[in-house]
Amino acid sequence: MPDKPKVAFYWCASCGGCEEAVVDLAEAILDVVAVVDIVFWPVAIDFKRKDIEAMADRSIAAAFLNGAIRTSEQEEMARLLRSKSQVLVATGSCSHLGGIPGLANLYSRKAILREVYFESPSTTNPERTFPEREHSNNGHPLELPVFHETVRSLDQVVDVDFYIPGCPPTARTFRTALQTLLSWQLPPRGSVLAPDYALCNECPRKNTKPEKLSFSEFKRPSHVLVDEQQCLLAQGLVCMGPATRAGCEALCVQGNMPCTGCYGPTSRVRDQGAKILSCLASSIESTDATEIDRILATIPDPVGSFYRYGLPRSLLRNRRSQERADSPLAAR
Amino acid sequence: MLSHPPVAAASHHPAFEPRIVAFFCNWCTYLAADLAGTSRMKYAPNIRVVRFMCSGRVDPQFVLDAFAHGADGVFIGGCHPGDCHYQEGNYKTLRRYQLLKRVLREMGIEEERFRLEWISAAEADRVRTAVNDMVEKVRFLGPLNLEVSDQETGSQDAEVVV
Repeated sequence: MPDKPKVAFYWCASCGGCEEAVVDLAEAILDVVAVVDIVFWPVAIDFKRKDIEAMADRSIAAAFLNGAIRTSEQEEMARLLRSKSQVLVATGSCSHLGGIPGLANLYSRKAILREVYFESPSTTNPERTFPEREHSNNGHPLELPVFHETVRSLDQVVDVDFYIPGCPPTARTFRTALQTLLSWQLPPRGSVLAPDYALCNECPRKNTKPEKLSFSEFKRPSHVLVDEQQCLLAQGLVCMGPATRAGCEALCVQGNMPCTGCYGPTSRVRDQGAKILSCLASSIESTDATEIDRILATIPDPVGSFYRYGLPRSLLRNRRSQERADSPLAAR
Repeated sequence: MLSHPPVAAASHHPAFEPRIVAFFCNWCTYLAADLAGTSRMKYAPNIRVVRFMCSGRVDPQFVLDAFAHGADGVFIGGCHPGDCHYQEGNYKTLRRYQLLKRVLREMGIEEERFRLEWISAAEADRVRTAVNDMVEKVRFLGPLNLEVSDQETGSQDAEVVV
């Protein structure tokens, strides 16, 4: 009998929620374990990097990597798993699109490190401790990974075969994706393993979405009593549903909260933020520039709202670096 | 707004010729640009015009894509309010423009690099002055130089520790 296919799990810049999504498979994980050998899963099983390094190239059937790439160590692990695996699956929003950690691309590396080690109000650092690349402790050399200038999605570092979207992917998304991969009837390379239509399509409030949206103010869930039946856009809330891929069964909407866009765009959309921007702005109920600005001002953080999970994978990817943004006109 | 003469701009980035992508509406600004041509008006040759059936067809993705692919500025030309061939396409453009401008500012792109003008088919001179003005401002700002490389290198920590 041939060996069971080998599977690896790894995490980079992430919160651990995607690992939780694997655990959320509950009993279904036993079906998975019955047909595959898990050879690497640092969060749960004690295998080391050297175990993977000792394996032959492409000897792992599928590696599931969650988390964005920020440090040199994460990049090395991504490259290592890429070379040892036949199929590399970017799992979860961070790996797929850059995720929440990707919002750090609004700030330079310099600004982030300065804030964290010296300037944040809760920082006490009288010795001005700062991470060094190399350090010698009683003759033992120690090394820290390099903290890169920007956060990148996995496919901006290595080739990726499939994506499982979500922050985190729901158990159902994960299970369906695993079944697809285990069936070996693989979809085209580069596919996102979730339905390719907008979330509104599977939203339980779909029938209450008006033919024509119209905004005279954008509201925040914490400021209003949200109706539990009506389309959230019709209530003036910023819901990412129209610009977001389906597959989560509108979990947030079922919890009476607007979609924040974690499944990313559908295959026909290149930039999720630009699409929701277009949808919301075009439906503003005014033709007067000043009034439009007043209504738009009720969206306090457009970049953080529209690109919450996908800034690194968006068209602009990151804020222009400080040196360049610091041009003559900016200094006016 | 700007108060410096173009001479100062030229000295700031001497060899820099801005590349500006222009999305012009078929019914107004495109005809105005055509009229400027047939009238032998001269204006800065830095714009690359793309004709659209309506300024409302300009998806914000097109603007971002232009910047990501090396445009130093993006210019949208549409019909005056009330004059849209499709009733309200230009109002949609206006609303998207105002929100997109905010997003671009937060992404570190100066607002002079993104411009919306209402120019009717008869206003050839307005094409000339608006394009000249924008080219001059973008020339002063210098190249956009967006970083789009997938390569990463660690930078020096010395600059952080102050």
